[in-house]
Amino acid sequence: MQIHYDTQTAQLLVRLDGEIDHHSSNRLRSEVDAAVYAHLPQTLIFDFRDVSFMDSSGIGLIMGRYKILHPLGGEIILQNPSAHIARVLRLAGMERLASIRVREEVVQ
Amino acid sequence: MKVLNEFKCVFPAQSANEGLARAALSAFLIPADPTAQELADLRTVISEAVTNAIVHGYRGSEGNVSLCLRMLPERVIYIRVSDKGCGIPDVARAMEPLYTSAPEEERAGLGFAIMQTFTDSLHVRSSEGAGTVLTMRRRLGGQPDD
Repeated sequence: MQIHYDTQTAQLLVRLDGEIDHHSSNRLRSEVDAAVYAHLPQTLIFDFRDVSFMDSSGIGLIMGRYKILHPLGGEIILQNPSAHIARVLRLAGMERLASIRVREEVVQ
Repeated sequence: MKVLNEFKCVFPAQSANEGLARAALSAFLIPADPTAQELADLRTVISEAVTNAIVHGYRGSEGNVSLCLRMLPERVIYIRVSDKGCGIPDVARAMEPLYTSAPEEERAGLGFAIMQTFTDSLHVRSSEGAGTVLTMRRRLGGQPDD
């Protein structure tokens, strides 16, 4: 996982990777929260480009960060989910809490 | 019903074994050549079921999770995940979307909703103090060659 904060835009970009399940989410949560509380970003972007698997533990991760940022006026963007992760996000109704940006198709 | 293939294993209720259960399922499904979506759906389902056993069944106490995978005729995949944990006092309530008995764990309460959506059938048998057995079936697309 890589975390990058852009001071100009007040955006915190979290590039998740690997498999997000109950086992991995505890560590992800503490690392993301350390950055969230350090910067209190206007926008928190979760990038799923390198995530190969996600179950409802990932939904818990997103919902928990939403509960922190929403009262402060912050927003969450979920970008580049695979088809499978997009299905899980839709099933959980995440479009009500966050903007979902599906990867644009690359024209060869 | 005739069982074409079967795989059983028992592992301790440790979160690292959630990935092990997914890997076992993926390997078991290779001969059936599922689509990418079918594979992703079933990996998610087993992940939810095993996580439920670990988080809600045992709640941090020691115990074993049993997994049974079967290939049945007509390309039906059978998945059974059982624990001997605390059991579910009210199964109907536990299956309501967003209900969770472990909010402190930041569980989304979507495990059963995902299991129901990504399978054709889900059966829950649970008794307080004795444990829980989840049984799920999903028919894969494509032509049966049995």
